Amino acid sequence: MIELRNLSKSFVTADGPVDALKHVSLTISDGDIYGIIGMSGAGKSTLVRCINMLERPTEGSVLMDGTDLGTLKKKEIQRIRHQITMIFQSFNLLMQRTCLQNVMFPLKLTRVPLPQAKKRAMELLETVGLPDKANAYPAQLSGGQQQRVAIARALATNPRVLLCDEATSALDPKTTHAILELIRDINRKLGITVILITHQMSVVQEICNRVAILENGTVVEEGDVSEVFSNPKAAATRALVYPDAVEGLDSLGAAHQQMVRLIFRGAAAATRPLIASMAIDCHIAANILSAATRTLGGKVYGTMLLNIPGGPDELATAVKYLSATADVTVQVEVEYQSAGPEKEAEAE
Amino acid sequence: MNDYIATYYNPDKLEKAWKVIQADFLRETGVTLYITLMATLFAVIIGLPLGVLLVTGDQKGIRPLPKPLMAFLNWLINLLRSAPFIILIVVLMPITRSIVGKAVGNAAVIVPLVIAAFPFVARLVEGSLREVNPNIVEMSQSMGASAWETVVHVMLPESVPSLITSLTTAVTTILGYTAMSGAVGGGGLGNLAITQGQQRYNQAVLLAALIVLVIIVQIFQTFGTWVARKSDKRLKQ
Repeated sequence: MIELRNLSKSFVTADGPVDALKHVSLTISDGDIYGIIGMSGAGKSTLVRCINMLERPTEGSVLMDGTDLGTLKKKEIQRIRHQITMIFQSFNLLMQRTCLQNVMFPLKLTRVPLPQAKKRAMELLETVGLPDKANAYPAQLSGGQQQRVAIARALATNPRVLLCDEATSALDPKTTHAILELIRDINRKLGITVILITHQMSVVQEICNRVAILENGTVVEEGDVSEVFSNPKAAATRALVYPDAVEGLDSLGAAHQQMVRLIFRGAAAATRPLIASMAIDCHIAANILSAATRTLGGKVYGTMLLNIPGGPDELATAVKYLSATADVTVQVEVEYQSAGPEKEAEAE
Repeated sequence: MNDYIATYYNPDKLEKAWKVIQADFLRETGVTLYITLMATLFAVIIGLPLGVLLVTGDQKGIRPLPKPLMAFLNWLINLLRSAPFIILIVVLMPITRSIVGKAVGNAAVIVPLVIAAFPFVARLVEGSLREVNPNIVEMSQSMGASAWETVVHVMLPESVPSLITSLTTAVTTILGYTAMSGAVGGGGLGNLAITQGQQRYNQAVLLAALIVLVIIVQIFQTFGTWVARKSDKRLKQ
C-alpha cells in the first residue's frame, strides 16, 4: 500500500517559488490501477516523481507499507526503486543498446549474473510479445513496440508498483489500447499495483479502478472511477467528463438559455425515452444539445445536455419531472437569464 | 614567380629534397604518429574523467559538487586552453623535466602536449555528454542506478558516436600541435618541415611534409567519421 500524506512540493524558479503540489493526500491499495488525471501543469509529473523520490517532497511524506521513503538513505532509495519502477511517455530506451540489453539494464544494476539476466530478459520480451526483437535496436521499432520493451524493462526486477508517466500519450488510439491491455494483464497476472498519470479521460476509463483528479497541485476529487465519473462534483472533473459543458453554451448565442445536464446510471435508465415522455406529460419540448453513453467498470452511463425552452417555471417543472425518474440525476448547468435591458432593471 | 621556382625548385634543390625525403620521412612520420597518439592517450585518460565531472558535478547534474570546486575546474580549463602552445612548452619545462627526466626530445614534447590537450578533451567530452537525452538519465535514476552506474552504463555508452567524433577532432588538433615539437628538440614531420624546409631553404621538403600531414589528417578524419557513423545505432542500417 502506498500512502501520500499531506504532500507538498515547491520549486524555486526565476519568477519566485512555484507550488507544484499542495497538501496532496492519497491512498493507493495493493492491486489497484490508480489513475491520476489532470490537465498539463496540474502537477501530475511532479506527483509521480515524488512517489519514487526522484523529486523530494518539500513537505509531507510518502509511505510504502508504512515506511516513510523520505527518511531513507540514498542507497535504500535506490533499492526501493527496484520495487517501484517506471515507464515514460517518451519510452526512454537506451538507443545504443539492443532490446535485450535494455531489458537487462536493471538486472545489471541488481547484480544478476549475466546468463540468468539474459534468460530473464528473454522471458520478459516474450511476456510483452516481442521475443523476435531481442537483437533489434530501439530505432528499428515502432512507438508501441518501444513501450513494450520499456514495460519489459520495468518488470525485470519484479517490482510491486509500476508508475506510468503519460505512458500512452505519444501513441495512437489503437496502440494505446493494446498497451493498456498489456498493463491490465500485468496488473492481474503479476499482481503489480499500477499508478498511472494521464491527461486522457479514455485511459482512466479503460483500465483504472480508482482515480484522483488533480488541478493546480491539489486533489479536487478522488474515488472509484465509476463513482467519480458518473457523478462528477468538482469543476475540473466536470470539465474532463463533459468537455462540451463550457464551450457549448457560448456558441449557442441565445439570450434565454436554460440548460440541464442529465446523467443516467445503468442500461435501464439510459434506454428509457425520457425526453419524449416529458414532451407528452409536461408539454416541454426539450432540445438535445449533446448526448453520449460510456461504459465505466462494466456499467453503462448516459449523459445528456438539454436546452429547456421557456422561463424559470418550465425549468422547475422539467427538473422535477426528470428527477423523479429512477437512476437519473439532474444538474442545472445554466440558470434562467433575462435579456440585457431587463437584467439591468432587475439590478436596480 | 619564375624566380621563386628557379630558386627553390631547381633540379639541384629537388635532388637534395628527395634525399631528405628518402632518408628521414618514414621515420619522422612514425615519430609524429607516436607523439600524437601518446599525447592523445594521456589527454583522454585525464580529460575524459574531467569532462564527466564537469557534467555530473554541475549544480543540475546527477552528482552536484561544491560550487567553488566546479568554478575552479572551469577556471583551470579555461586558463590552460588560453595559453598558446609554444609558450606552454617553455613554461612547463621544469615540470616536463621532473616527469620524463629531461626537457628536450620526443618524450619531452608529450608532456606539454598532454597539458595543452586534456582541457580541450575535457570540453569535448563535456559537450558530448550534455547531448545525452536527460529523460534517459532520469530513467536510469528511476531504475535505482547510482551516479557512477548512470555514467558507466548510460551516459558514456549513449554518447559513443559523439565521443568518437570528439576524439577524432582531438587527434587532428594534437597532430597540428606536434609541428612545434622542434622548439624543445622533438622530432616529427612538422619539425622536419621547419628545420629542413624553412631554415635550410629546402621548400620542396616543406611542401612534401605538408602533403603527408594533410593525408594523415584526412585518413584520421575519414576513419573517425566512419567509425562514429557505424557505431550509432540510432541510424537505421
